[in-house]
Order: sequence, then structure tokens, then C-alpha cells
Amino acid sequence: MEILMSIVSGLLIASAVYLILSKSLLRIIIGTGLLSHGAHLLILTMGGLKNGAAPLLGQHAPAYVDPLPQALILTAIVISFGVTALFLVLAYRAYQELGTDNTDEMRGTEAND
Amino acid sequence: MSLLHIAIFSPFLMAILVPLFYKGLRRIHTGWFVLILPIVLFTYFLQLLPVTRDNQAIQKSFDWIPSLGISFTAYVDGLGLLFALLITGIGALVVLYSIFYLSKEKEKLHNFYVYLLMFMGAMLGVVLSDNLITLYMFWELTSISSFLLIAYWYDRDRSRYGALKSMLITVFGGLAMLGGFLLLSIMGDTFSIRELIAQASELNDHPLFLLALLLVLIGAFTKSAQFPFYIWLPDAMEAPTPVSAYLHSATMVKAGIYLVARMSPIFAFSEYWFWLVGGVGIFTLFWGSFNAVKQTDLKGILAFSTVSQLGLIMSLLGVGAAALQFDGIDDNIYTAATIAAVFHLINHATFKGSLFMVVGIVDHETGTRDIRKLGGLLSLMPITFTVAVIGAFSMAGLPPFNGFLSKEMFFTGMIQLLELDLFNLQTWGLLFPVLAWVGSVFTFIYSMMIVFKTFTGKYQPEKLEKTPHEAPIGMLIPPIILAALVVVFGIFPNILSYNLIQPAVAAIIPSLVEPGEKIPVHISHWHGFNSELKMTIGVVVLGAVMYITLNKWIKVYNIFPNKVTINALYDTSLYAAERGSYTLTKSVMTGYIRTYLVYIFVFFIGMLGFTMWTEDAFTMDTSNLAPIGIYEVALVLLIVLATFTILVAKSRLTSIVALGAVGYTVSLFFVIFRAPDLALTQLVIETVSVALFLLCFYHLPKLSRHEERMRFKLGNLLISAGVGIVVTLIAISAHSTKMFESISKYYIENTYDKAGGENMVNVILVDFRGFDTLFEVCVLGIAALGIYGLIKLRLEKKGGVIDENK
Repeated sequence: MEILMSIVSGLLIASAVYLILSKSLLRIIIGTGLLSHGAHLLILTMGGLKNGAAPLLGQHAPAYVDPLPQALILTAIVISFGVTALFLVLAYRAYQELGTDNTDEMRGTEAND
Repeated sequence: MSLLHIAIFSPFLMAILVPLFYKGLRRIHTGWFVLILPIVLFTYFLQLLPVTRDNQAIQKSFDWIPSLGISFTAYVDGLGLLFALLITGIGALVVLYSIFYLSKEKEKLHNFYVYLLMFMGAMLGVVLSDNLITLYMFWELTSISSFLLIAYWYDRDRSRYGALKSMLITVFGGLAMLGGFLLLSIMGDTFSIRELIAQASELNDHPLFLLALLLVLIGAFTKSAQFPFYIWLPDAMEAPTPVSAYLHSATMVKAGIYLVARMSPIFAFSEYWFWLVGGVGIFTLFWGSFNAVKQTDLKGILAFSTVSQLGLIMSLLGVGAAALQFDGIDDNIYTAATIAAVFHLINHATFKGSLFMVVGIVDHETGTRDIRKLGGLLSLMPITFTVAVIGAFSMAGLPPFNGFLSKEMFFTGMIQLLELDLFNLQTWGLLFPVLAWVGSVFTFIYSMMIVFKTFTGKYQPEKLEKTPHEAPIGMLIPPIILAALVVVFGIFPNILSYNLIQPAVAAIIPSLVEPGEKIPVHISHWHGFNSELKMTIGVVVLGAVMYITLNKWIKVYNIFPNKVTINALYDTSLYAAERGSYTLTKSVMTGYIRTYLVYIFVFFIGMLGFTMWTEDAFTMDTSNLAPIGIYEVALVLLIVLATFTILVAKSRLTSIVALGAVGYTVSLFFVIFRAPDLALTQLVIETVSVALFLLCFYHLPKLSRHEERMRFKLGNLLISAGVGIVVTLIAISAHSTKMFESISKYYIENTYDKAGGENMVNVILVDFRGFDTLFEVCVLGIAALGIYGLIKLRLEKKGGVIDENK
């Protein structure tokens, strides 16, 4: 299972990189979203996918899955959400002001070049 | 802090006071206040003469950075004292001369004297330091103050060009020298020159020895304007003439000579030292004198002549190093070259200083230094003419002036070289006397040019800017004193030999001096009708013939076009360096964000892939894998499908929805992998995110909303596939090499007992590792405020006031 999940994360990250290399700002942000999904899945996979109960003591199970990666991913999800939200609004404003979402056109003014 | 230290630092203290004198006492020329200091210092150093005469030394030390072994150790021996006397003595004369040369009304005198005093202090520090780091510090101070002095008339283009050139070249050399010093200190484990000399024979076998030797020599050659680093000196002639007289004839350019002399006891056992110092010196002598003849500017002639004479001294020091190859001084023939070097060092300071001052007077009184415009000044400026004759004849090596004696000794040294049986001298050794002799012929020619083209011939008043007349007496006194010294040293050379030359030679080749013994130095006028004298006669005869027929063969210089000079090489390489770095930056920094991302990703792939490959790091362990169930397979298929949809979707709306599908699948993964909190959060957040994406998409202005499929690019595909493969391989490899057990056992056991909760993830988030959560809250807060700011603050729409940020 871990090998399969590694491949899935790799696939997600590869697609993310492909999107990030495109010109459209919206696609770049979609790419970052995919990238964080890939990273989160990778953290979970690296913690081990051994079968065990959910990390709740009330279950009285003989073994539990590792709670630490879950806590880390929870933090990472919230942070990546904050960043993505800011990013999106930034892109939205940039589009409003500059009238383009093509990153190739978003360069310094000629005078600054 | 001894009296000696106060003496070395006093010019710096004086430099602080100079602006006060300048502002406070406008009516008196600031130079008069400055003049006191070098005179006092000169007297102070004079009374140290009896100490060094007996080959004793004074050493005074105070700690600067004791933890690094850096102290300011002042060390006065024969060599240091000789230079200190030159610096303060000629310094006093130059200050006196500058009082009459620089106008009180028109010039910024405070700048001039502050720089000059800084230079004087730095120079004293160079010659009297025993610690390598202190020596280097003062060395760079001389570079900086000389830079400031050359560009004294900073509104002139040529001055700034010359200052920059000399700065670049001497600082290049200075840094190389610092490298050499550091290597030396690593080899000998000390910064003290004295202690390094004591272990010279062990250093000789060290693997770093040759590198240190080369680096130190680069420092010395750049400062002393040796081939091919001499090019800064002719351009430094844009400085005021007192500066040229002081820095570029008598003191700063001799710092390299000093360094070579000072380092001789450490390096001189090496064959490389002999060949480099001697060979470069003798070639510089020839090249400098050869080029001096074609100059038309008097200061240009003097600049090349300085280069040439420095080469002469340098070659003598190199040849003198051969003396160390023999044990004992049973035959003092081998020390003759070193004696000649020290003697000529003194002579050159006297006659070149006076010649510069003469040229300054001519420039000051006629308004030009061009020998094509000058002529016939003999009757108008008789005193200046006399001084010029004495200086130039001494430079040409004519009796009875001191230049004659040192020139004879120079020839002696070069001829004796042929008798030495070492360093393959049998084959190449003949070049030394030949080049020396040819160089002397050219020296004779340009010396005559200085005198006769300026003072005899046709008087051309229409070409001169001013009506020439004799200079004021104050301007004449310093060159007269120097010319008098030229004559006195010429007639009674032995007043120098025991007081100055003998201790200096003892400092350069200390291993040849037995304790309590003195090297016999005797300079005699008449040493028989030997080959040296024949060579001098040959120089005079051939030189005179060539001077008379100068117009016939001067075209020889046109054989070398201007493009192949070292100056052109310097200019071209400077231009190429600027142009090249500009082109490089321009081609690498394209301004497209995609380019930089490509760099980053390619580097990522290369770095990690290369490491994995070379370290043979890939391992695959299938023993502790979790089993794959039907649900997982379905989810994997789902997520792959959704991702693929994003990539090929034409409409952006489809991509956004597909991204949502990926997010929900991820939360389903979280469900399967027993992570309820993650699943909850992921569901909510994915929903909000997709809503945000849709909001953004919906509100985009309809400027260019034509939908198009992402254009396929093979490069992008390769890069992204590479990143994905590298990540996958590392993940598999990392999972297969478990180093140790997880620490989560502790959390599982203590969540209830210690923290009083049952949900482990939540207890970790707010109790065990609550700090993370605190700052994650901060991140969210900042993001919220940022979004609010982005939407609400529209500065430039409030009118044109804040437009400058746009």
C-alpha cells in the first residue's frame, strides 16, 4: 500500500509541477493546491499505513495508528489553506489591476527593465 | 603604547586636526602647520641611528587582538629605519614644496593634507610593522590614501580614471599579498615576521611555500609597478606634482621593494625567488626605460623612469638573494648586489624627488609639461636648470653624482652573476648584464631629453600659457636640498655606508652576519679601469649618439601599435568583464517566473537524483507494507482520474471542480487511513477553497476570458515527470529504511494519564505540541488581514498623491 501511495503522491506532485510551469496564474494556484495534497498524503504514508484503530483512546484497541503525522498534517492543511486563500485573492486583485493572468505579461515596466 | 607607536600614529592624529587649522586659521597656509610633524618625526628617527648602526633593533609591542595573535609590534632595524627616514625626510620637503605649489585660495587644502598625512602614517606603519596583519592593514591604507590623492582634482576625468586604475591594481596585489601572509602564518604558526625568519629553513620545504612566495610577490610587484603591473603608475601622474614626487617616486612605490627586502630572509633560499625577482626586475628596467623615451609629457617620462629604476632595485635584490646560497661571507662579492640595491634606493629617492619637483616648477611657471612646447628656459630659470641637470645626470649615471656610483655597483652585481654556479645561470645569465646595459643606454637618452628638450633649444613663448620666470624661493628650497644630497652622496658616499646601508643590508640578509660583526661596506669612486667602467663609457657614447639621432629612429615605436599594449589589455579586459557579467546576468535573469522555476526544479532533480545515484541510496523493502484493499484501489483510480482531468481540461471551471474532486478523494483517503480529524478538516477546507476558487473565477473581468487548453510542452513534461519520479523514489527508499521506532508510543500511553484527553491528535495539537497550533493560528490571522488589506486598500485610486509607488 505504501508503495502505491508513494506513486500516487509522486503523480500528484508531477502534475502540480506541470501546472506551476504554465503561464496562467489560476493554473499555478491549482498546481499549488495539488502540491499540498501530494505532500499531505506523503506525510501520512511515511508515518506508516499499518492497520490499527483511529487514534481515539475510547476505542480500547490493542494498536492505534500513529497520531503524530496526523497532527502535523492538520497543521499543514490549515497553513496551506491560509496561503492558498491569500494567493487567490492576490491573483484576483492582480487580474483586476493588470487585466491579465498571464505571468509572462506580468513583468517590470520597461523603465525598470 | 610606546613613544614609537605614538610616532607612527601621530600623522593620523594630525590628520584629524588639519580641518580645524584649515577652517580656523584661513590666513595661514595649512601646510605650515603640517610641516612641523614630519620634521619632528625625522629628528626622532635620526636619533635612533646609533641603535641600528650596531645591528641592534628596537621592538615595542602592544596587543590589538590578542586572542588571534594580532598585535601591533613596531620593529625598528636598519631597513625599517632607512625607509622611515626617507618617508619623513622627503615628506617634510614635499610638504614645504606643496605650500608653494598649491594655492591657498583655489585648492581644498584640508583634503590634501589629510590624505597626505594619512599616507605618511600608513607608510610608516608598513615599514615599521613586525606583525603581518598590521603590515597588511597599513599597506591597504597606503592604497586608499594614494587613491584619494591621485583623484585630488576629482572633477577631471583622467584623474578619476588613473585613481581607479591604481586602486584596482594595487588592491588586487594587496589581496594576493594577504593570501600569501595567511599561508605564511599557517606554515609558521605565527604572524610575526621575526619569528618566521627564525624558522625560514623549515618553511622552505613546506608544500605551501611556493604559493605563498608567488602571492607575496604579486603584492610587491603591483605596488612597485613591476612588469606587467606598471601600467597604473603613468596614469597616476594626474595627481598634483607634490603627490607624484612623494608617492610615485620616493615612498609608496618602494613599499614593494621594502616587502621584497623584508621577506628576503624567508624566501630567498628558493630558486624561484631569484628568477622572479631578478628576472622581472631586469625586464622592467629595460621595458620602462625603453618606453620612457617615446613620452612627450615630462611627468610621463619620469613615471616610466621610476618604473625602470624600481626594476633596477628589484633586480639587484633578486641577485642579492643569490648571496644566501653560499655559507659565510668569506668573499663579500656576493653581498655587493644587496649593497647596491640599498644604495640606489636612497639615490633614487633623492634625484627622482628633485626631478619631479623641477617638473612641477616648470609646469607651474609655464602652464605645460609637454616637451614639444617647451625649450629655451635655461636663461629664464637658471636655478631650476641646475637642479634638473644634477638630478638627470645622476639618473643617467654620470660622475660625480651618486647615480654614477650605484650604477657602477649595479653593473658589478650583474657581471658577477655570470660567475655564480647555480640556478642554470650559465645559459640565461648573460641576459642580465645585456638587458642592464641596454636599459642604461635608454636611461641616458631620456635623462638627456628631460634636461635639453626643456631648457635648451628654441624658446617658444607663443605656445606657453604663462610667461615663464624663476619659481619662488620656497618652491626651490626642497629640490635644492635634494640636489645637494645627490652631490654630497656622490662625493662622500661613505657617510651613508656605515650609518644606513650596512644596517639595512644586515637586515636583508641576516644569516650572513655573525653576531657582533658588520658587513664591510665601502663605496669607492675609482675602482680601476675595469669592465664596469667600460660599460659606462659605452653607455655614454652610444646614448649620446642615439640622443642626437633621436628623430631618425623614433619611428621604431610605431612598430608596436597602440592596440597591443598592456594598457589596452587592461582596458579591454575591464570592458569585457563588465560587458560579460551584464550579458550573463541578462541571459540568466530573464524576468520570466517560469525560467526561475525551471532552474529550481532542474536543480532539485539533478541534486537529489545525482545523490541517490552516486550514493546507491535506493532500497526497496516490501516486508512491512500494509495490504491493498479494494477501496484503496478505487480511490487511487479516482484521484488519478481527477488529476488527469485537471491537466487536460479546456475550461478552467472543470479544473477547479476536478481539484475539488482530488481534495475530497484525499479526505476519503484520510477516512480509510483512520484519520477522522483530518478527514473532517479536509472536507471543510476543500469546500471553502473550491468556493473561493469559483468566486475568483466568477469575478474575473471579462478581458481575455477565452478558454483554452494548456499548451503541451515537452520540456515541462520532462521536468515534472522528473520531479515526480524523484519524489516517488525517495519516498519508497525512505519508507524502506526505518532507522528507529516512532516516538508516538509515548503519546498513545500518556494522552489520558498526563493530559486528560482521549483524542490523541487533538491532545497533541493543543497540549503536547501546542506551540505549533498557536502560530498556525497566527498564520491564519495574517492571511485574513492580508486578504482584507488587499481588497480594501486601493491607495492609488485616492488621487494622484501616492502615485510614486506605482
